[in-house]
Order: sequence, then C-alpha cells, then structure tokens
Amino acid sequence: MGPTVVNSLEVRQLAYAYPDGTQALFGVDLSIARGERVALLGPNGAGKTTLVMHLNGILTAGHGTVTVAGTPVAKDTLKEIRQRVGLVFQDPDDQLFMPTVRDDVAFGPANAGVRGAELDRVVEDALDQVGMLEFADRPPHHLSFGQRRRVAVATVLAMRPEILVLDEPSSNLDPAARRELAEILRSLDVTVLMVTHDLPYALELCERALILSGGVIAADGPTRELLADTGLLARHRLELPYGFAIPAG
Amino acid sequence: MGAGHHHQLYLPGDSVVHRLPPQCKLLAVLAFAIVVVATPRERFWAFAAYAALLAAVAVAARVPAGHIVRRMAIEIPFVLFAFLIPVIGLGERTTVLGLSLSVPGLWAAWNILAKATLGVVASILLAATTEPRVILVGAQRLRLPSLLVQIAMFMLRYMDVIVDEMRRMRVARESRGFVARDVRHIPVLARSAGALFIRSYERGERVHLAMLSRGYTGEMPITHDISASVRQWGTALALPAVALAIWGLPW
Repeated sequence: MGPTVVNSLEVRQLAYAYPDGTQALFGVDLSIARGERVALLGPNGAGKTTLVMHLNGILTAGHGTVTVAGTPVAKDTLKEIRQRVGLVFQDPDDQLFMPTVRDDVAFGPANAGVRGAELDRVVEDALDQVGMLEFADRPPHHLSFGQRRRVAVATVLAMRPEILVLDEPSSNLDPAARRELAEILRSLDVTVLMVTHDLPYALELCERALILSGGVIAADGPTRELLADTGLLARHRLELPYGFAIPAG
Repeated sequence: MGAGHHHQLYLPGDSVVHRLPPQCKLLAVLAFAIVVVATPRERFWAFAAYAALLAAVAVAARVPAGHIVRRMAIEIPFVLFAFLIPVIGLGERTTVLGLSLSVPGLWAAWNILAKATLGVVASILLAATTEPRVILVGAQRLRLPSLLVQIAMFMLRYMDVIVDEMRRMRVARESRGFVARDVRHIPVLARSAGALFIRSYERGERVHLAMLSRGYTGEMPITHDISASVRQWGTALALPAVALAIWGLPW
C-alpha cells in the first residue's frame, strides 16, 4: 500500500460530552487503512457506542474530526458519509424495519436513488454475500436471530460501504450462527471495524485491535499481542473466557 | 415467537380479486362504502342487492363464508349498541314480542346494522385478498399522507416484536409468583404497560437511528411500484359502479 492511499477511517482528537454534561470521549485518535479488519475492544461504558455514533454523523464531534475515505464528517457531507459507513446495530430488530427482507435491503440504495433492475441486482448481490438470498421475500420476524443478523449485515452491504462497522456482532448468537457469521465477515472484501468484548471472536477475525478505555485509545496493536498481555487486559476490565488460551500461530 | 399472527385476515390465493393491484381494491372498497352509506335506509332491496354483490366478490375471490362470518366478530360492539337504540329511543312506539320499542329507534338500528355490516364485509374481503403490507403499498400509491402509511407500516412490522416483549414480561411476572386476580393487581399491570411503552419508545429511537444511517430523509422510497392497467381499474371499480347503478334505480 503506497503512502498516497487514503485511509478508510481517520479519527483525530475526538472528544464528546453528552448534553447532560457526561464526558464520554476524551480525545480519541485512530486510523484504519483500506481493507483492514480491526477490533475495537473495551469494557461496558468505555464509550464504544458513543464513538460508533460519531462515525456516520449521528452524533457530531464536540472537538476533533472524523474523516471517512478522505471526506470529513460534517453537516453537508452526511448523505455521502452515511452511504460510506455501514453501521450494523446490535439488535437486528432495530435494523430491520421493513415488511420483507428484500424491501429492507433495498431501503438504503433506494434512498440513494437506485431503482429498477439495478436495485434488484444490488439487493440480490448483498443477500447472496450473506447467504440469505432464498429468504428475500420473507418478513424479518419469521427468521432466526442469526439469520436476522446476517440480513442486517446485507442491508448495509447493499450500500457498498467504504467501511463496515459492527456493534457486538457475536452477541446472542449460538455457536453455529457465530461461526457462520465469522465465515461471512472473512469473505467480504471491505474494511471492517468490529466493536466487541468477545475477545476470542476479535482474535479470530481481526489482525489488529484497539482498546478503548475511559474515553481514549489505551492500546493499539496486533490482536494476538494485546490479548496475550494479561496485565493490560486486566487494567481495562477485559479478560479472556475461562479455559481459553491463545492458539499458537 | 408470535409467528405471523396478523396474517389471520389474509387468505393466500390466486383469484382475480387477489391479483388486482391494491390501490384499485382500496378505492373500490371506499367508493362502495360511500354508496352504501348514501343509500336511504328505506330501500331494503338495495341493501339486499349490495349484499348479493359482496357475495359475488367472495365467490370470485374464493373466500369461504365461514372465514367472513368469524371475522365479523369485530362488529359485535356496534351490534350491541344498535340493539339498545330501539329500547332507549324516543318517539312513536310499537310492541314487538311484548317489548315496547321506539319506531325511529328501530329505523336507526337497522340503518347502523345494515350499513356497518356491508362495510365490514367489504373490508374483510379486501383484507382476505390483499396482504397487509401490499395494502400499504396501495395506500402509498393513492397518495395517502406518507406519515400515516409509515406509522401503519411500523405497526405491522413491530406488532410481533412488542407482543413478544409483552409475553416475556408476563412470564417474568408469573415466574415470581404474580397472578392477576382482582383489581388490587391493576397497578402492577399498569406499571408493566408503562415499562412496555418506554421500551417501545426507546426501540423507536434506535430504529430511527438505523433509518438515518441508511439515508432516510423522511420519505419511504417506493422500490417496486405496482402500477394498475385501465382494465384492472375497470374490474375493481365494477363493484362500486354496480352498487351506484342499484342506488340510482327508480324504486
């Protein structure tokens, strides 16, 4: 990768306080290169969700900047930013609000003005990537939780995002659904930021990890090294599940 | 999972009526209802003819009579009210089976019963031949206020989610030994209802965020338009047209 290639995501000195005065972020710095899969680790209340909300302009920075593929997040770029940053929420029932899977996947591209045969192609492509094409005409509430999460990923893929941001992708999944989702995520040709405290999942999918703690990035490095540092993990209320040992690689 | 309980009204099929575009059917039912309501209550035969028209539609749509009758239960409160009117009505009175009834009250009761029944049956036929979400596409086509259509759409989508949540709350209450037996338990149920409202409200906010994240600007994009041909409009509007002809007959 040459030095002229723009990063998918650049966050500089991002600080944010909620309207009630609670300061959630105290100057976050991070950059993610195109094609990287990065895990954002952190205990509950570290500011992970607050950070995610800044990435597509749902919250606007109190201080600092967020830049997506060279475009700064600002009022007049929101439309473009929301197309480039694909947010997958934790509860698929929040994300799937249309009467059928097909309508839901079509929602984003249709808002961007795609219509007709092109729209059908985009929708089917996205559903195919998550292995849900045969469920296109089902209502979302007739699907299993794992299937709904995969459709939620498809709704975002259909927008051809620069970066896919997943909030706790493995939560509430049974082991098989968890593995299936991992296979899908690995097969995608897109930059991924995965917010999680499921450390084995982060190790499985992401070469690099960041630890967000107390509203700042406390560590940034290869996932394997970070997870091997028990002292570091303990300082930030993170721990590997009982019996889990980092496989020799 | 409360799987698909709002499909109770819909009868899958492939009849002429099923295949008509939703906007045609919606407008036909609306026009039919207007003709029925505008018919003077003294024209008994006109009402019989309207009923025959609906029966013909039911046959064409292959909707069994049992399906319609069961769903007419929604009309029961109106029927009870209609039965009360002659008893409490004023004016000239007549005696039926030893009961003193008001004549204008009887007319009013007949008026309500006949017109409401025809309207309800027409709506049941619409719902039996059109999926709920497709009805909404029709409403969108008919340029109904977008906000109303969206509210109805979200209701359809989240009904099951909320019913599920309600069920989980009931299970949680009962697991801790609560059984609603008398009025003293109402405050507990009221608090549950309040909690359910707040949860649903918060979900609404999260859904709104998800919509914004995918470029929502206040309008639902129409992704696959169902356009209607002149012939389809003709077929659908035959119902109110014939009803109007009956209305216009010299009696």
